[in-house]
Amino acid sequence: MWKHHTKLERHSLPLVIAILIVVSIGGIVEIAPLFYLESTIEKVEGVRPYTPLELEGRDIYIREGCYTCHSQMIRPLRDEVERYGHYSLAAESMYDHPFQWGSKRTGPDLARVGGKYSDSWHTDHLIDPRSVVPESVMPPYAFLAKKTLDYGAIEDKIRAMTRVGVPYTQDMIDNAKEDLETQADPFAAPTKLQNRYGGKVLQRDFDGDPDRLTEMDALVAYLQMLGGLVDFSTYQAEAPENRR
Amino acid sequence: MSTQSATSKAAPLDAVLLFVTTGLLAFGALLATALSDDRLFRFQGWMFLGAFVIALLVMTVAITSGRLRSPENAYADGVVRAGVIATMFWAIVGLLAGVVIAAQLSWPAVFYFPEHGWLNFGRLRPLHTSGVVFAFGGNALIATSFYVVQRTCRARLAGGVWPWFVFWGYQLFIVLAATGYLAGITQSREYAEPEWVVDLWLTAVWVAYLFIFLGTLWKRKEPHIYVANWFYLAFIVTIALLHIVNNLAVPINGLSSRSVSLFAGVQDALIQWWYGHNAVGFLLTAGFLAMMYYFVPKRAERPVYSYRLSIVHFWSLIFIYIWAGPHHLHYTALPQWAQTLGMTFSIMLWMPSWGGMINGLMTLSGAWDKLRTDPVIRMMAVSIAFYGMSTFEGPLMSIREVNSLSHYTDWTIGHVHSGALGWVGFISFGAMYCLVPWLWKKEKLYSNRLAEWHFWIATLGILLYICAMWVSGVMEGLMWREYTPQGFLANSFVETVAAKHIENVIRTIGGLMYLSGAVIMSYNLWRTVRMPSSAPSAQSLTAPAPALIAAE
Amino acid sequence: MSELTYETVARFAQQGGLIYFSAIFACGVAYALWPRNRAAFKRLASLPLQDHEAPDVEA
Repeated sequence: MWKHHTKLERHSLPLVIAILIVVSIGGIVEIAPLFYLESTIEKVEGVRPYTPLELEGRDIYIREGCYTCHSQMIRPLRDEVERYGHYSLAAESMYDHPFQWGSKRTGPDLARVGGKYSDSWHTDHLIDPRSVVPESVMPPYAFLAKKTLDYGAIEDKIRAMTRVGVPYTQDMIDNAKEDLETQADPFAAPTKLQNRYGGKVLQRDFDGDPDRLTEMDALVAYLQMLGGLVDFSTYQAEAPENRR
Repeated sequence: MSTQSATSKAAPLDAVLLFVTTGLLAFGALLATALSDDRLFRFQGWMFLGAFVIALLVMTVAITSGRLRSPENAYADGVVRAGVIATMFWAIVGLLAGVVIAAQLSWPAVFYFPEHGWLNFGRLRPLHTSGVVFAFGGNALIATSFYVVQRTCRARLAGGVWPWFVFWGYQLFIVLAATGYLAGITQSREYAEPEWVVDLWLTAVWVAYLFIFLGTLWKRKEPHIYVANWFYLAFIVTIALLHIVNNLAVPINGLSSRSVSLFAGVQDALIQWWYGHNAVGFLLTAGFLAMMYYFVPKRAERPVYSYRLSIVHFWSLIFIYIWAGPHHLHYTALPQWAQTLGMTFSIMLWMPSWGGMINGLMTLSGAWDKLRTDPVIRMMAVSIAFYGMSTFEGPLMSIREVNSLSHYTDWTIGHVHSGALGWVGFISFGAMYCLVPWLWKKEKLYSNRLAEWHFWIATLGILLYICAMWVSGVMEGLMWREYTPQGFLANSFVETVAAKHIENVIRTIGGLMYLSGAVIMSYNLWRTVRMPSSAPSAQSLTAPAPALIAAE
Repeated sequence: MSELTYETVARFAQQGGLIYFSAIFACGVAYALWPRNRAAFKRLASLPLQDHEAPDVEA
């Protein structure tokens, strides 16, 4: 034993290896089962991959650092469930690469903000938060309404998502641009978009500026779908397979 | 640099190797920039290219003029001096960004600019966190580790000119990350926001750093590895591991700045907080404990209180820390067994943390009078006290029931800052106050009075900051869960925002005071460097380094 | 992986983690208290105080 210790102390390589062993096992024991344990993510109806427009909106949400002030994770506590809605399920973020749970609520939780406010409220609020909420400390995002959405890389984005396991089909990749334009155009035929992403997809002119497809369109489309995918009338929270 | 000893005409191999590597990198950067149609990718490509071209020019001049030699009979202190300057520079940048975003939350109508979205809170906040954690903290760690490993091994840094690659490569990483955030390049992983290109660059720099550190250990003349180097090594190795796993991602194409995380949802969240918590554990704790185990004994001229305790401290700290990450995800969709495990180990973490605190503070025993006379010792002692305080608060906040109140609130922000401003900031400032006279061969600091001013302004600033955040955090947590007698939620969310205004203002003032302290310190250090050098043989009571030679 | 249930994982992680930690801790303490290390540790405790102006180079 003494010799062993001497080696550890006198030689740096065994020290490195010992450090690696000590620090990696804890992580492996905690993290690895999450990938194998089937009960980690509940089986629920309704969760689908993001539409191309929502995906672009989500990228704007990430780019602007919205996660620094807004969580998307409602805890199963009485006040949170009453304030924000049903507590968040693991399944609801199963296609979030990366996750957007956040860690700080300088502003309110957004996990179920979809449908709570009108599109024009969101647009006004994003352009000048204090025009609708005088006490707000949120930054203004007026430039989103002026900036044309650049969705040149949408096919690449969706293809990358398929590589990490999001079940987009080839059909979805091929028609990504068309779907994106359709969703922001209230007069476009919705059939194909709905065939690919389900009948509940919101299709309208989100930013109130029908002439242009702006970053505001994408961001509001993303915000308006948050938390609305799971049908909680059929989800049994107390069922044994859903308890963790 | 004192590098004129060699007379041979041939350029040293390590310098040639670095030159060729930089040339290849420049070529690669040019190619990638030219071929990409992603505006943001090209923006970073140009920055890479510019940095590599400048490096090539500087190296060409240096090699042809016969510099870049690494005599084994002298310590490589040039890179440490550069590290000290970088540390102070980034401290001011990072703290300033913090003051600006604190002001934005205090006076949103004044400090937001609707026409300049890149100055919004969401983009500046990563600039602040990366600026203080990686730019200030990281530079302080790299500089002090290069200093300490040479002295405790009694050997020159390994790798010839490659320590300069680590230094400048790291600065390039910081500039790329910071400008990237402002331009909108982020993968939204807290404290790991840079995208894949910059992540790869940091990996390369970090591997070089690991090999230089290990190489120096390999050629040491001291039979044992001093415990500070254990902590530095654990910091370097574990950060490498965390960085690589947490940043696993698939670029949307090879010439785009954007990538998607390999993991999703609950797994992604746990990996991110396994990273996030251990960035605190291994960068902000283990690394700075290494600093403590060298600079506190050295400055106090007292041996480490208990070397045995330092060993137990080391192994239990690195073991327990790695498990504690899930306490960031209490009550979330993370399975409860993982939450319980994280909470258990977080509470256990209290023990090694306080073991380290006791060891650091008791090292001052026999030198307690210096707390009164030497502001630098006092700063380091207060930093260890803050370490003890925040490592007591941390386990408390990891208890599920406490966490249900504290999570998502300003309490967390207060906790982080008692650790960051109190512990990390003060121990680094203490080390820098020590290093500047030692490195520039001065008898003492330019002004002890200015150091006193720095100490008191900064300490008061920290107290204002953390008290304000305790009050606002507990207040908003309680307001969120407050019910009226009729059973309705008592407060709308925005009422809790409005209620925090005065605390936000106090926080801004506290941060401004801390920043002012750092500015005073920079002035003091700059004047110290400009003082006339002490004669190499001078014996002085106030300069610790020469005074200690007599003890041998 | 059919037998990998919530309970087995939780038990393995919690009990295994405790045993594993105890083992590491015991090793650390044993090493720290090992009698033959005493002299070395005593010297190492004041290593930062023994300053050298330059590296040791074998002539």
